[in-house]
Amino acid sequence: MAMTEPTAVALDGATVAFRLADGRVYIAVEQANLSVDHGEFVAIVGPTGCGKSTLLNVTAGLLKPAAGTARIFDRPLSGLNRDAGYLFQADALFPWKTAIDNVAIGLEIRGTPRTEALARAGRWLTSVGLGAFAGRYPHMLSGGQRKRVALAQVLIRDPKILLMDEPFGPLDAQTRQIMGNLLLELWTADRKAVLFVTHDLEEAIALADRVVIMSAGPSARIIGDWRITLPRPRDIAEIRMEKDFHALHREIWGVLKDEVMKGYVQSTQAGAA
Amino acid sequence: MSRVTLLALQVLVAVVTLVLWQVLSTVPVFGKVLLPPFFFSNPVDVFSQIVKWFWTGVIWKHLAITLWESILAFVIGSAGGILVGFWFARQPRVAAVFDPYVKMVNALPRVVLAPIFALWFGLGVWSKVALGVTLVFFIVFFNVYQGVKEVPTTVLDNGRMLGMNERQLMRHVYWPSALSWMFSSLHTSVGFAVVGAVVGEYLGSAAGLGYLIQQAEGVFDVAGVFAGMFVLSAFVILIDMGVTAVEKRLLVWRPTAAARD
Repeated sequence: MAMTEPTAVALDGATVAFRLADGRVYIAVEQANLSVDHGEFVAIVGPTGCGKSTLLNVTAGLLKPAAGTARIFDRPLSGLNRDAGYLFQADALFPWKTAIDNVAIGLEIRGTPRTEALARAGRWLTSVGLGAFAGRYPHMLSGGQRKRVALAQVLIRDPKILLMDEPFGPLDAQTRQIMGNLLLELWTADRKAVLFVTHDLEEAIALADRVVIMSAGPSARIIGDWRITLPRPRDIAEIRMEKDFHALHREIWGVLKDEVMKGYVQSTQAGAA
Repeated sequence: MSRVTLLALQVLVAVVTLVLWQVLSTVPVFGKVLLPPFFFSNPVDVFSQIVKWFWTGVIWKHLAITLWESILAFVIGSAGGILVGFWFARQPRVAAVFDPYVKMVNALPRVVLAPIFALWFGLGVWSKVALGVTLVFFIVFFNVYQGVKEVPTTVLDNGRMLGMNERQLMRHVYWPSALSWMFSSLHTSVGFAVVGAVVGEYLGSAAGLGYLIQQAEGVFDVAGVFAGMFVLSAFVILIDMGVTAVEKRLLVWRPTAAARD
């Protein structure tokens, strides 16, 4: 991407450790170096429990690395990352607010007058295809609709960086594809730096400019970085039929497979212990 | 079951009970009245007593006093419960220090406090309010405390990432969550406010439904005792209907059991 823009996210030797209940230290992620350029879509893929979300939380400022640094647009990150919007894996909407209030809140707390905030929230709901559901409470919406509201809630604040933690994980296969295309459509219209965590390699290749592979935890490391040169605009469902897609998938999966097996063995051993 | 059938059956239960009561307390069975009128009175007497109270208007004063005491107990108890609940939930150290004492006071049957309150606040309205407050406070306190503690981490993180400061988190996240927990216990806390008022009146007062029942009992006027009980039940049911209406308005966002998918 353009070299004049400072790098959106730069993790340098980031190590994240947790103190366990029994006093031992668990190293989730070790020495992670990762950079996301302005306007670049990077997907992180790795086996379950490898610390993908941990890395995302470091970038969000929700977690402090034990060692290493995180720089956001060339400034060291301290406290929460104010340039980032975060789309969570679990339901994170405020259940006591209607869809439109959930979307408007990001502007309201910034001091935008309520009428203006609501008008803009209404437009965002329309652009995620929920114009008719403004007055619904989250529990009256389907899982996919809630994700759409959450997407609008994050995007209305116009964050320069978008952090997504397996956002479409709980959805069914068809809804995931539709949401993926919606995400690409919105991202194409206004290119933000995106850090997208998923365990689904196909989804990662279909969406991203770069796919980063993490090893199985503990002490997970970044073990691979592929540039995805598939042409844009892409259609998530159709791109999976392309020959180039298959070649990339085979190549990356060759590396990922071993880690997935390692992660699986470790998780079963941990379960038996 | 359709609504009409249900209502018919419900009315039937009342009619059968009243008829049995009336018959057994007036008509001798094998030369013996099974429910001696002295101890059980009968529905006709009870009903005429109620009519007399409303006809002469004496009851209104007592109802108003009990209602006023209940409202005061509810408002003061809730306000205290909300404040302390929030304070403890946000300051775990304070909560840890006070924890044994909260449990101790809550374990105490409140009736034993009535004489103390009568001594401190006199025989008027305030000793009853104090008794109701000790009941309402703990229910609201525990629920608000839970409500603040049980905000899902994701929702909280989401609020933070959307740029909320502590004050905004309080208003948009903690407060609605605590309120929803408090409202889920609204029926109980309103009920206890009335209990506090009536028990307080019963143990020493010059007005109120509890006083009315206690007076009737003092002169072995069983019809009066039953009449007082019926008026009290109707009173509580009316208040409860009001609470349900308020709840429906304020908790529209919450999935009901039937609507949950």
